Order: sequence, then structure tokens, then C-alpha cells
Amino acid sequence: MVTTATQHRLLTPGPLDLAAELERGAYSPPACDDVIAELEAAGLRGRGGAGFPASVKWRTVADASGPRVVVANGEEGEPSSRKDRWLLLNRPHLVLDGLLLAARTIGADRAVVYLSHEETVTAMREAIAELPVPGLVPEVHVVEPTYVAGEETAACRSISGGPALPTARPPRVCDSGVDGRPTLVSNVETLAHAAWISRNGAAAYRESGTAGSPGTTLVTLTGACAAPGVYEVPFGLTVAELFEVAGGFTGAPAGFVMGGWFGGLLGPAHASTVCTYEAVRAAGSGFGCGAITALAPGTDPLTVAAEITAWYAAESAQQCGACLKGTAAIRDAFAALRDGTASDTDRHNLERWGRTLPGRGACAFLDGAAGWARTVHDEFPDHFGR
Amino acid sequence: MKVFVDATKCSGYGACAELAPNLFELDEWGYAAVIGDGVPSDEAAARRAAAACPELAITIEE
Repeated sequence: MVTTATQHRLLTPGPLDLAAELERGAYSPPACDDVIAELEAAGLRGRGGAGFPASVKWRTVADASGPRVVVANGEEGEPSSRKDRWLLLNRPHLVLDGLLLAARTIGADRAVVYLSHEETVTAMREAIAELPVPGLVPEVHVVEPTYVAGEETAACRSISGGPALPTARPPRVCDSGVDGRPTLVSNVETLAHAAWISRNGAAAYRESGTAGSPGTTLVTLTGACAAPGVYEVPFGLTVAELFEVAGGFTGAPAGFVMGGWFGGLLGPAHASTVCTYEAVRAAGSGFGCGAITALAPGTDPLTVAAEITAWYAAESAQQCGACLKGTAAIRDAFAALRDGTASDTDRHNLERWGRTLPGRGACAFLDGAAGWARTVHDEFPDHFGR
Repeated sequence: MKVFVDATKCSGYGACAELAPNLFELDEWGYAAVIGDGVPSDEAAARRAAAACPELAITIEE
């Protein structure tokens, strides 16, 4: 079941000020008795990239003992994503409403907005200064923008006074996060949807989307399309239908960079792939944070793979040996493939690293680089073998 | 029992894979990872491997 009616829930033509948000129900008590049960019934999945059920995360921290912390993650380190910034700049009170809802629901006495982009810091500080409700006042924590800073263990480590670098699990942040306290780290879009669900209910939320990926989602569509930008769409449209919302393709795409830079590269036939968490995963990629780049006609996939895996090698936090060595090795092999100097050993290694390196770093960064090896091998066999 | 390797601490000594080859594998650069779900068939070997790691990179959850 796919509903294509695009009644926008988060996306607005421009910024909404406090009065406009109050008119829409911001900061009023939730319309449901049990917020976590409502999130579970809605099937809300986290929008930071992992797609993990929000209700499970909220309940785990709510059931933990001792003082708890909630973090609104707006760091958005994914290079091709802009949707979190859009939300923070245009709907800051919707995000804060979701953050305070989460704090009340899980019993947190500390709420933190975790950011790295200057304009979002200004917008959120202004919104916090005019909060119309007494009680908990969220803090703003600012970090340098890097890819791994947005990872939840890195966020907790930074807020605790350390560097914004991931740590190994266990412990999970829901057991031991900020200052060792049970912590809910939630993407800002997830919090915005949670606020919407608390006002409108799970049934209304499910009026869009599919059974497994219910609701709407913000997406960042870039590359070979007429009107690149941030859009809100129901889950369940095909990649091509998504790009119709962005004015359509400007030519037959050579492929798609999926899920930000984290989902690797899918071939042109995936214009017909359905955008749900399940279907994109089955296609060998990931929906991630909903950022998709359509490659212009004639783009060489190996050139793109070489550029993006070079970025991976440069952006590795270099904490884990497997990531330091693995990202550099993948970069070098793709550069050789692009330049036509690759040996069969390079090809064999890339194919193997795509299968064996995921899961070997403390965070999932190395998995992203390995995903490029795996998807380019699987999706572009002619290029890979040239 | 479940065993974890902290990839930020592993420096590739490889003692774990010598002492518990069914539980740890090394990549081509020598860094260790647990095999499968990290539940050891030989718990004594897992403990020896954890104790032998010079970087204290191996955690055992009972």
C-alpha cells in the first residue's frame, strides 16, 4: 500500500516562527496517553541513517535507572544531505518540541542540541531563548563538522568533554552515554516526526508510506535533476518518482549515489527501485538519511568511486587500524581502476574488502567505504573489469 | 559469554588469534575481529586471549 498524497508534515514553504508553530500545536500536551506506544504503533524509524525503530530506543532509555540525557542530533556530517539543516533553520520549534517531548517521556533532566553548522546554531539559540514553556531548557553543543562527529558515541563523548570521535561498543549510549548516563541520541528529523505523531496519532502517520516504512521522510535530491533540494515524500515511491518531485532527471542518469555517501553506488536500472528501508537494502544499498545523487549521463562510475573513497580515506578518524588501512587500500585500488592501471589482484582485493571489512571498525565508517567496493563491483561489472 | 574487540585499541599483536583461533580472525594488516556473534565455544581460551592482549582491547561480557 503506497499513498502518494503528499500532505507535508515537516516541509513548509519557508520558516515558521513561534506563533505559527504554536498555532500548529507546538508545546501543547500530547494527544496520546502513552507516547512510546504511539511511536511503536506509528512504526517511526530513526532518520539519522540507521532506520532503527524509535520506540525501542526511547523505551530502553526510559527503562534505565539513574539520571538520563536526551540529545537532538543535528550535526549532519553526511556530505550530500541538507535536510537536517533545512529543519533546524525552518522548523526549530518543531525540533525543540520533539526534544522536550522525548525528555518528558524518557524522564531526562538534561537535553542537548548537538550541532556543527553555524547558521543552525544561531537559529536554535534564538528558538531556545523564546521557549514559551517553563522547565527544562535545552543546551546547545557545537562541534567542528566531520563525518564521524554525527555518530552517537562521538556525540556523547564530545558532550562529555572529549573529542567528537566514536568509541567502541559496548557500552551502548542507551546504557552509558553523556557523562556515563543513559542517553537517547535522536536525529532531529526523528524528533520532529515524534512531535507530529504525538499531536496527530499513529493512524494519521501511517496514512502515508508503506507497512514496513510508514510515514513521510525528508530527502535531499541532488545531481542530474531540474530542481535539486530538500523535499518531503511518502516512503514507497520509486527513485524516478522521487526525482519527479525535484523536476525530473535532466538526462538518463548513469547511476545513483544512495543514502548519502554511505550506501555506495547503484546502477541506472535502480530508477525503478522503491524507496523504503527494506527495498533499498535488498538492492544492496541503504536508504540512510534519504540523500540521493543522480549521476549525470556519461559519468564514469569509477571516477566517482575514486573521488568518494579518497574522501573516505582522508576523513577516517584513524582511530582503528582496520579503518586507517582499509580506507586507504580501497582508495588506492579505485584510483588504479580509474586510471586503467589496476591489476587482477586490485580487483580481487576490492571484491574481498567489500565483503570482509564491514563491522571491523568501532563505528560504521569503514562499512561505508567497503560498500563502495561491493556496490561498484556488483552494479558496474563492465567498468570494474576494464 | 560474549566477546568484543575494541577496534580503536587493537594494534595487531595477534595474540588473540593464536590463543583462540576459532574466536578471533585477523585481517591482512593484522587487526583482530571476533568471528560470528562473538559467543565463544571455548570460554577458557577466550579468557586467555583477553588476558594476553597487550592493549587490553578484548572485553568479555559474562
